[in-house]
Amino acid sequence: MNWDAWLPVLVVASSLLPGLVIFFLREGNHRMRTLLNLTGAVLKLVLVSSMIWGVFHEHVYESRWTLAPGLELVLHADTLSVLFVTLSTVLWLVTTIYAIGYLENAPHRSRFFGFFSLCVSATVGLALAGNLFTFVIFYELLTLATYPLVAHRGTSEAVRGARIYLAYTLGGGMLLLIGTVWLYVLAGPTAFVEGGILGTLPADYHPQLKMIFLLLIVGLGVKAALVPLHGWLPQAMVAPAPVSALLHAVAVVKAGAFGIVRVVYDVYGVNFADQLGLLTGLGIAAAITIVYGSVMALFQDNLKKRLAYSTVSQVSYIALGTAILGPIGTIGGVVHLVHQGIMKITLFFTAGNYAETLGIHKVSEMNGVGRRMPATTLAFSIAALGMIGVPPVAGFVSKWYLGLGAMEAGMAVWVMPVLIASSVLNAAYFLPVLYRAWFREPGTAWPAEHIPAARFETNAALLWPPVVTAMLALATGLFAAAPYSPLEWATLIAHREYGL
Amino acid sequence: MADTPIWLVALPLAGALAALLLPRLATAAAIVTGLLTTVAAGVLLFGVATQGALHYEIGGWTAGLGIMLRADGLSTLLLLMTALVVLAASIYASTYFRKTYERARFWPLWLLLWTSLNALLLSGDLFNIYVTLELLGLSAVALASLGGKRAAVEAALRYLLVGLLGSMLFLAGVGLIYAGYGTLDLTVLARVLEPGPVAWPALALMSSGLLLKTALFPLHFWLPPAHASAPAPVSAVLSALVVKAAFYLVLRLWLDVFANVITPASANLLGLLGAGAVLWGSWQALRAERLKLLAAYSTVAQLGYLFLFFPLLLALPAGPDRDLAAGGLAMLALTHGFAKAGLFLAIGIIQQRCGHDTIRELDGTAQHLPATTFAIALAGVALVGLPPSGAFLGKWQLLAGAVDTGQWWWLVVTVAGSLLAAAYIFRVLGHAFGHRPYPNQPVTVAREEWPALLLSAMAALVLGLAGAPVWGLLEIST
Repeated sequence: MNWDAWLPVLVVASSLLPGLVIFFLREGNHRMRTLLNLTGAVLKLVLVSSMIWGVFHEHVYESRWTLAPGLELVLHADTLSVLFVTLSTVLWLVTTIYAIGYLENAPHRSRFFGFFSLCVSATVGLALAGNLFTFVIFYELLTLATYPLVAHRGTSEAVRGARIYLAYTLGGGMLLLIGTVWLYVLAGPTAFVEGGILGTLPADYHPQLKMIFLLLIVGLGVKAALVPLHGWLPQAMVAPAPVSALLHAVAVVKAGAFGIVRVVYDVYGVNFADQLGLLTGLGIAAAITIVYGSVMALFQDNLKKRLAYSTVSQVSYIALGTAILGPIGTIGGVVHLVHQGIMKITLFFTAGNYAETLGIHKVSEMNGVGRRMPATTLAFSIAALGMIGVPPVAGFVSKWYLGLGAMEAGMAVWVMPVLIASSVLNAAYFLPVLYRAWFREPGTAWPAEHIPAARFETNAALLWPPVVTAMLALATGLFAAAPYSPLEWATLIAHREYGL
Repeated sequence: MADTPIWLVALPLAGALAALLLPRLATAAAIVTGLLTTVAAGVLLFGVATQGALHYEIGGWTAGLGIMLRADGLSTLLLLMTALVVLAASIYASTYFRKTYERARFWPLWLLLWTSLNALLLSGDLFNIYVTLELLGLSAVALASLGGKRAAVEAALRYLLVGLLGSMLFLAGVGLIYAGYGTLDLTVLARVLEPGPVAWPALALMSSGLLLKTALFPLHFWLPPAHASAPAPVSAVLSALVVKAAFYLVLRLWLDVFANVITPASANLLGLLGAGAVLWGSWQALRAERLKLLAAYSTVAQLGYLFLFFPLLLALPAGPDRDLAAGGLAMLALTHGFAKAGLFLAIGIIQQRCGHDTIRELDGTAQHLPATTFAIALAGVALVGLPPSGAFLGKWQLLAGAVDTGQWWWLVVTVAGSLLAAAYIFRVLGHAFGHRPYPNQPVTVAREEWPALLLSAMAALVLGLAGAPVWGLLEIST
């Protein structure tokens, strides 16, 4: 095997191996654990950078390993996988730093960071999966690796939340597995190819292909939290903040959305899926989810729950973009994969900071928190405005392309009202929070001040990650047209998909 | 190379004699025997992989008078699995039995059990199979009763009666065959057997005897109490290997020897009973209050999956698709063997460390026995059939076969069983993650925890990621 075959393996291994070693570290060995974590994260970033360059220049990185006759584990880097791998890698690095600060002196840190690394390895493997079989394997591994993280605190509430999470995701995984097996029996090994591979099958297979599509999308929709399959997401909020951040921005929810993108574009092919009449159903499911999630978010006083319902809503923008036929809609959906990740991770970091520093868990407790924690609140505000779609933050770019794509595809009649309604609702559940935080007078005392104000408003390891990701959210919006920006990369993906 | 098969029988037999005559050195003799036999099984696998199936005539006497041993891909894989499982369980047993008199009783029986297992897997004619089956049953009953408690003895007695009934039924079938065809050699029989008034009742008698021994639903009633009350290393071997030996014979008879006699209806009947086993066994495992009972019912369910393959194998035309399904069957059987043995050893550790195995009171195990909990989790991944375990590849073939032949109902059963399995495994793991102050702070003993961990890892990682050669070894397509 040469370098081109090793690179995808190394990208996965750079978090897998440190994770496995971390399991065996003594609990007190803080320094070694941090060193392993950060070395892995930085190494992965370097490897991924070289991968980005190579894929841009149409280099092929691929490794194969036969598990059984006809069933191959394939890691393959194409434009879409590189987009998701980069997002995971960057946000993993930031989240690791945050988690080190967050879990200072907490019990079971070796176990936590071990599973944390496994979770990222599964996500990266899923991003690099070169066929549906490999995707299913990593999809299930992701479920297994996140279960201990959700249950981490060990309270009966945490164990219950983890159980509900598992019931949903394993059930969804089964449907995905059935769909995949069926597709393999029908069409043979289903490699991901830009433009899809099923369009050439004879017409009498079409009813079966529709059934399979339904199975695959429902299976993936559980993780992507499509309504009514979203029930686990608010329950999984009991996880520690870095886990919630990763779950909502990169790992689980995004894995589902990424899978939907893969199935539509690289298994069925967007034109063939449209020809079968499958895109409309997907679009309607996404639209319902977008509005429903936003409405539910309005009524949550618990900050993390409000953010969770916001995730339900925002992730479906990706599915919506997938359902819009035409390159511009594709760009909007794919780029939101990145933009939502950056903004949502910022929101969860800041929510964690409020809870860890001042004991604030509810929106109603946030009066005047902007004066006590200005940098955190600034980061929160940038991300919240981005979610609403205010220019120049990243979220605006996504919504702009989605709207434009809908017009181009002639779907504006129902997509535009959904986009507008959702933006209004986003504003309705985020702006009051910002108003409270900046303009209301603080109460006499915070609920539980764990970390007193010193040089910084909170621990440095907690403060810098959200600040950095907020800056990223701003930068990806401001410099959307710069080379190698998420938008440019999404454009490249759309061009290769539609063969432009 | 050609005489490796005889070593696989002779070595454990010699070990058993040594353990009987020198009780003080019994443990050492058993471990040395275990290592040597495992090496022999490895050599045999290498030989079969490079040269194809092996035949060995004991003492140079040809079939008819002498005893013929044969080893093909399937039996060699099972021999190697047996060797690895018994070796790991032996290492664990060396810490499990602490008193000299316990050891003196345990090791000779243990090695005799291994001898009869190997002999059964290597036998090429029906009479030898009957003899080895009887030996296997008797040594298994004696081991199961070692627990000494009243419940253990009662369960062992029932186990003995069921085993004898099974052997009798089998022997009756063998008698019919000998009366009708004048030979008991499997290869010859496979050529000459014809559907008719001799073959059908013979098959029915032999199969019902074997199904009783392999505890196929609804003939499973004796298994949970027997497996749950035996000492942990014994439970591991009973669940992982002994029931599977009877299953191996069913497979041999139905797919090789009686291939001309089998009708689709009878294969469907086996599938139906298998489906009942999957659902009932998983449901009972979910409701079990003790870990060992959970593991025992899980064995009932996992054997059910193996029987689901029969209607599929019969419906698929000979060719690559059928070979894939047959490989999936072997893979599922191998994975279950390793996973279940690992699970029982891990449960043994919990039982000894905590003094009980009541699931509801396990909170906090993960904190105090992390390696053992991890072993249970890995075994659980394999029992549910999640990737990257070998069972995932096996179940994939099961699902693919069901889709391919249009027999959707088996797919529904498989999925329902897997979800139930996930429910009963994570019910245990959920407790393991819970916080609760724990009475005693146990020390990790490597010799105690490694065997369980390695067996589970074999099932959940090695077979799944490096198991492709299994399909190459089978070469069933004829």
